[in-house]
Amino acid sequence: MSDHSTPKAPREPETWGIMAEFAHPGAISKAAEVMRDKGFTKWDCYAPIPVHGLDEAMGLKQSKITWVMGGMCLAGFSTAVLMQWWMSAVDYQIVAGGKPLAAWEQFLPIMFELSVLFSAFGAVFGMLILNLLPRWHHPLFTKERFLRVSDDRFVIAVEAIDPLFDEAETRELLASIGGTNIELVED
Amino acid sequence: MTTLQPDQASALGLTRPTSRYGEDSETIDGTLIDDPSQRAPLVLNHDSFHDVTNTICGWIENKTPVWWTPAFLLSANIAGLGTVMILYLIITGVGVWGLMNPVAWGWAIVNFVWWVGIGHAGTLISAILCLLKQRWRTSINRFAEAMTIFAVICAGTFPGIHVGRVWMAWMLFPIPNSNAIWPNFKSPLLWDVFAVGTYFTVSLLFWYMGMIPDLATLRDRAVARMGKMTTVGPPRLPGMPFLDFATIKLPIATMGAYFYGFLSMGWRFSHRHWVNYEKAYLLLAGISTPLVLSVHSVVSFDFAVSILPGWHTTIFPPYFVAGAIFSGFAMVLTLLIPARALYPGMKDFVTARTIENMCKIITLTGSMVGFAYIMEFFIAWYGANDFESQTFIRRAFGPYWWAYFAMFFCNVISPQVFWFKWCRTNIAFIFFISIVVNIGMWFERFVIVSTLSSDFLPGSWGYYSPTAVDILTFVGSLGIFMTLFLLFCRFLPMLAISEVKNVMPIADPHAYDDHGHEPGLNGHGSNGVNGTNGTNGTSGGGH
Repeated sequence: MSDHSTPKAPREPETWGIMAEFAHPGAISKAAEVMRDKGFTKWDCYAPIPVHGLDEAMGLKQSKITWVMGGMCLAGFSTAVLMQWWMSAVDYQIVAGGKPLAAWEQFLPIMFELSVLFSAFGAVFGMLILNLLPRWHHPLFTKERFLRVSDDRFVIAVEAIDPLFDEAETRELLASIGGTNIELVED
Repeated sequence: MTTLQPDQASALGLTRPTSRYGEDSETIDGTLIDDPSQRAPLVLNHDSFHDVTNTICGWIENKTPVWWTPAFLLSANIAGLGTVMILYLIITGVGVWGLMNPVAWGWAIVNFVWWVGIGHAGTLISAILCLLKQRWRTSINRFAEAMTIFAVICAGTFPGIHVGRVWMAWMLFPIPNSNAIWPNFKSPLLWDVFAVGTYFTVSLLFWYMGMIPDLATLRDRAVARMGKMTTVGPPRLPGMPFLDFATIKLPIATMGAYFYGFLSMGWRFSHRHWVNYEKAYLLLAGISTPLVLSVHSVVSFDFAVSILPGWHTTIFPPYFVAGAIFSGFAMVLTLLIPARALYPGMKDFVTARTIENMCKIITLTGSMVGFAYIMEFFIAWYGANDFESQTFIRRAFGPYWWAYFAMFFCNVISPQVFWFKWCRTNIAFIFFISIVVNIGMWFERFVIVSTLSSDFLPGSWGYYSPTAVDILTFVGSLGIFMTLFLLFCRFLPMLAISEVKNVMPIADPHAYDDHGHEPGLNGHGSNGVNGTNGTNGTSGGGH
């Protein structure tokens, strides 16, 4: 048996960012407004529910999912038109009930169904892709406190790659806007 | 003599949950407030998000309830019986059913239409009630969506095996094949393949997407307990120590962490994600709304586009859709009422008002169905078509009169009891009516299909009698449905945790504006949180 090669030295943990806990939806909304106004970009709120109005408080834009779904809807519609027309009027002509081969009326139900089907795929997979999911590992998951977000905690995390990030200053800022249990997150 | 602990007693449905909203004959658990200036609370006895998470996740994480295993074994055996019947059908042929000329569509199609109809409640509750901002739907939508998916699975089985040569079932789909033929796109039967296929897929996507945050909650709770060993096996019964050999220790929490972790796609409750998620969910509800209405319309085209008397009517699409919603709500109640009694704490979410609202929808849709029955008769007379009127007279007074009257009684008369408040607040009675409605809707599908028995030529009239295989296949489909449902109750979140949290008063960020302290759970909307802690429950019935 050959010797095992020497294991690589474990990677030095790098600072990923800072997380702070907030008590309730009202507190995180107020804190988010401050973070937005300070000009932070690489930061996020984490909450067990989609807190009402937090998108404005964070300064987020409208979701692009509408475009994804609209595009998928058109794709489904076109697929249905082309498929039915080509299959029943070009490639394999069936005369049924004396109707024209390419009458559009008979294609309507499937046009509708495929538009809905494609947009539904667009909704779910578009949502996942826009959110860069699935991503089963994330530095925040290493924090025991963070796991409580799925239950009843509200967290703001600022990433180290944010140009305004400074470990001491950001920590102080988060504390000043009501953050508690402020922790350094390492990756 | 042991006395029951209060929570055991409420788990067994022996007591009403104690509620701080007071308990009286008028408002039951405090949610049946008639005063329009007060909004009924949607969640009882749970003050914090943590309580909600604990209750709903507890149903999955705690020990298997004692009733679950026997119930599961029973339904799994019935499902097995149904599977054997299907196998027998496949290796023998459709002759094992009572099919004959002229009734070439028998119970298989009756069951198909019945199951698809039941499958309508889920998406109706999730989509239409979501768009109508009926907040009481949050406590039942997951449950109803699961029911939808399992019902559509049962439904899809029947056309699949009904084609006779099951190994040719792929010809239903436009798949390139060596015969160089394509299906006929002018046929409603093909539209049906697309409609039911789309409905199943979209319902599944809707259900799964709604569940992602809740699966992440279960994941995080399992991660916190990772490595803990759990003893799995039959319960320790006195005098039966020999069963102990069957108990094993398994790292259930670790397995759960991987299972829920995989399914939750790494959801981390980021608000940037929530924004996309909420918009996608709303739009999905938007496109599912016409979809729900289209599915049973297309199913009804299977009949209405034919030229048979009794089938060739334009009333079929709306009539089928109303019937579908009607039967779907009845099935949701049939499943929800026992679950509500058996799972501790479920009554705090599925309140008396939720049940009452569902009763109102049953009365509404039942009346629509009743109107359609009467209208069909009127048009058969008014249309002055001999074949049509003869068909209808034979439908009500011919050899199948018993099916017609069973249908009429169960679907038109029985739901009218919900005009009385006692009837729509008495849980046992509602359960009884929900079963009556399920039976009635099965008879409706039967009455429609058995119209085949008498068409234009009296010489070819016939009478359809089911065989034992017909009956057992239907019973088997009930077993498949219940088996899937029990698995869902055991392993997946039965209530939409994040949605339930979102309708609680403490979810509103503005509730904290002035005082800076958490508002109490307030049932009387006049103080506390304005307008967020309740529902406009009555408009769901749409009177």
